[in-house]
Amino acid sequence: MKSFFALVVGAVLCCSAAFAQEEAPDALVKKVTDDVLTIVRQDKDIQSGNTKKAIELVEAKVLPNFNFQRMTALAVGRDWNKATPEQKKHLSEEFKTLLVRTYSNALTSYKDQAVRYKPTKMQAGDSDVVVRTEIVQSGSKPIQLDYSLEKQAEGWKVYDVIVAGVSLVTNYRDTFAQEVRANGIDGLIQMLATKNKQLETAKK
Amino acid sequence: MKIQTLKRALAVSSLTATVLGLTGCATANNPKDPFEGFNRAMFTVNEGIDVVVKPVAQGYDAAAPAPVKAGIGNFFGNLSDIWTAFNNFLQGKGSEGVSDVGRVLVNSTIGIAGLFDVATDMGMEKHAEDFGQTLGKWGVGDGPYFYWPIIGPRTTRDTFGWVADSYADPVLHIHDVPVRNTLAGIRFIDLRASLLPTDKIIEQAAFDKYNYIRDAYLQHRRAEINDGQASVEGRGDVECKQGRCY
Repeated sequence: MKSFFALVVGAVLCCSAAFAQEEAPDALVKKVTDDVLTIVRQDKDIQSGNTKKAIELVEAKVLPNFNFQRMTALAVGRDWNKATPEQKKHLSEEFKTLLVRTYSNALTSYKDQAVRYKPTKMQAGDSDVVVRTEIVQSGSKPIQLDYSLEKQAEGWKVYDVIVAGVSLVTNYRDTFAQEVRANGIDGLIQMLATKNKQLETAKK
Repeated sequence: MKIQTLKRALAVSSLTATVLGLTGCATANNPKDPFEGFNRAMFTVNEGIDVVVKPVAQGYDAAAPAPVKAGIGNFFGNLSDIWTAFNNFLQGKGSEGVSDVGRVLVNSTIGIAGLFDVATDMGMEKHAEDFGQTLGKWGVGDGPYFYWPIIGPRTTRDTFGWVADSYADPVLHIHDVPVRNTLAGIRFIDLRASLLPTDKIIEQAAFDKYNYIRDAYLQHRRAEINDGQASVEGRGDVECKQGRCY
């Protein structure tokens, strides 16, 4: 569980769309991580817990490099096929809001841990890869932080983040499936929307 | 000492048996969590205990200077490296085990009784192995999931692993009772304090805190047993591509 500390960096992915096309997935992960952490290291507001600023940073730097539609599909699982295009859009929007808010918050507890990039196993023509990194802290076991990326027309996009073996996406699967069983896809959309509203109003 | 440990082991297994008996006929909604009723009750108990523990951990976190906290964490980390080394050998990971022994030797001497983790700077990386992972490596399955008072989430296998871990815990073998309790207490608060940043995230991310912790724990343990090799398999049997899930 301490591994959630790594979310700090988990929240951190991405880069400029123009660049993305040329860039290899591991180079992309490294560039975005470095960019975001450089900003966090200098920003006293984010360090002292300013979530709003952290969200802005994540939206600008990280979001463009994620495929939230596929992330949401993975979190929902087979029930995804039952959703209408309209429902899919709503689900993805709400899920995105939730993940961005939660993990922007994680950025505010970043404390100078180093990130180590492990060699990426990839063959020419691969369109789906895992980029493996580690968060190194003195005195404790390094925390594995892996990103799954797929190649799309606009470049590589992250669709799963796995912290110490825990997929931030599929960790919701049972909870979501339960809700769909009880109240249908609309019930799930409602559940996500309610949660987001709560988080919105809870913070000053 | 042996008898005490045996008693402890028996206590846990009879507790397990009682629990199995008590909740055996409860309806199981989730195949991963057949004793959900009991587990949720224990979860509530722990949340109650945490009302007292958390402020203490927060006080410690705020009052203790960073080097002191690091020293305390390193000291207990050094003690746990001994058991980690042993478990690495049991799992046939000789080079990791040798490195762990090296860590203990270096940190206990140059690192002043473990207060400084100089071994990491010398390239001997810290590992974290326990007997539950060793059993997992040997092919013992998870068994039903449990949420215990104080110690929290454990699969059945890891519950027995925990009994072995406690037996091997040097702190619990100290004869001087006040010293033993003080050390165990400090370690518990230090552990709780290290989880403080996680609290806020779970609070925000989870729809149902109990579910979120259970599913994360199960994925995390699977990855630990595989030493992080198969972490992507945490996604399970469903794959989604081009807008469809299979």
